[in-house]
Amino acid sequence: MARKPKGLFIYAIFYLAFLYVPVLFLPLFSFNNSEFIAFPLSGFTTRWYSEMLADGAMHQALWNSLKVGTFVSLLSTILGLLAARALTRYRVPGGGLALGLISLPLFIPDIVLGISLLILLNRFGLPLSLYGVALGHMLICMPFAITVLMSRLEGFDKSLEEASLDLGETPWMTFWRVTFPLVLPGIVASLLLCFIVSFDEFLIAYFLAGTDATLPIYIWGQLRFPSQLPKVLALGAVILVVTAALVFLAEWLRSLGNRAAHRPAGV
Amino acid sequence: MAVADHAIARRGLKDFFRRSDAARGYALLSPVMIVMVAALAAPMILLALYSFWTQNGLTLDSHFTLDRYVDSFSRETYRALFYRSLAISGIVTVVTVALAYPMAYFVAFRVERAKFLWLVLLTIPFWTSYLLRVFAWKIILGYNGVINSGLMDLGLIKRPLEFLLYNPFAVVVTLAHAWAAFAILPIYVSLEKIDRSLLDAAADLGDGPMRRFLRVTLPLSLPGILGAAVLIFVPTTGDYVTPTMVGGSGGVMIANIIEVQFDRIGDWPAGAALAIASMAAVGIITLLTVQAVRLAASRVR
Repeated sequence: MARKPKGLFIYAIFYLAFLYVPVLFLPLFSFNNSEFIAFPLSGFTTRWYSEMLADGAMHQALWNSLKVGTFVSLLSTILGLLAARALTRYRVPGGGLALGLISLPLFIPDIVLGISLLILLNRFGLPLSLYGVALGHMLICMPFAITVLMSRLEGFDKSLEEASLDLGETPWMTFWRVTFPLVLPGIVASLLLCFIVSFDEFLIAYFLAGTDATLPIYIWGQLRFPSQLPKVLALGAVILVVTAALVFLAEWLRSLGNRAAHRPAGV
Repeated sequence: MAVADHAIARRGLKDFFRRSDAARGYALLSPVMIVMVAALAAPMILLALYSFWTQNGLTLDSHFTLDRYVDSFSRETYRALFYRSLAISGIVTVVTVALAYPMAYFVAFRVERAKFLWLVLLTIPFWTSYLLRVFAWKIILGYNGVINSGLMDLGLIKRPLEFLLYNPFAVVVTLAHAWAAFAILPIYVSLEKIDRSLLDAAADLGDGPMRRFLRVTLPLSLPGILGAAVLIFVPTTGDYVTPTMVGGSGGVMIANIIEVQFDRIGDWPAGAALAIASMAAVGIITLLTVQAVRLAASRVR
């Protein structure tokens, strides 16, 4: 094989730098011993982190985001699993249409999702609350959940389930002992990705949360005050590291699952 | 008798579910569909209804009227904002796709072993907080930000450069960075699907690398390019965080006035009309552009 030119590789490195370097300024300045986010760096400190940890409003917002994220990821993954099974296992007329509807939120600006749900809640006299936020977040999580789970189920060998049934297992035990373990990597990946999407979402929550701020809403509020910025940087750095780790885990599980699912029997 | 009938009916229903693929499929799909109808379809219909209504102080007058639309289109400021939103999103789309294409091409054709690692590295920023990524650009481009303070520290400039933040340029840079993964993944998928023997065939028939790229690879990856473009253009026209944080008064976009109508002004019908009108316009422009590009591509081939 002819040697490939190096130009593309160099471009790829620059591209990665373009993606990562801007974001890395958050952790860099979060350790900088100055209220101003500017060069030259003036020494190492962890005081922004201790200030952040001592902030009660932040705790409440974090707790709200964790609650919504957990609820949304569980519900989206369960509903996504049912739908993915319907669309991969059964011949459902209009299945494509259903998939289109589920993917539609990807093509609608978040602000429109937010205001239309706001109108809905208002029309039915429902109060603004974290439940509304969760409903909105489900809309933007479902496309990801269904994509991850469908790709997992498509690579799934139907004969394994049939074999289990033929060998006398009940449908319920077949589900627990055959189907579930095989689909598990996809389920975990979907849970993680949905959690992250919900945890990071700002605009829909901004319209629907009312007085219960989620973490992004809290951050948005802090950005107006320059004196709060170093603290926000510390919080942002923690969020970036944790979400990056979770994404890596989710993607790794997904690839692991896909490889195992496509491996021919006996290998 | 009635009990027996009931039992037969029940067995009949059970048989129906067992036998009919479609019925089982619909049963499994129904929970998602209920959520989509309740949280997506119903709110969208309400949004459309509101856009034909009138806000009179605190009460809502539900007589049909097109006044909100007439208002939105006749106001000079709204029109200007709308064109600016389209222009910014259009530029963002072209820039993002153009920058992402070589990257996706590299992963699809050059990387052999570590494909997974590259793909994960390219997707991680996409999953991490949008708000924080936009905020990072504010830190970088700001008056006392990374670039200005860095350049002053190095003695290259005396006073901070003021043209970096709070303008459409800052919005374009920030959005192009924030939406990068949306461009890379669809393009990568379409490149990965290309049958490599077609490239060999083109080479055997005497096409050089450039010709081969233009006549085989590029046309075959067109679905990915168009998919990426739509996936970026449509949501960015309605972006709120970026113009608010780095756009300044010159970088205000349509979402900012929609938000104001819903929040400070409290004229929901006007906000609804703006939202519907801009979504419709963006949808039409997108469809026409995609068709035009497809047509042009088929002519070339």
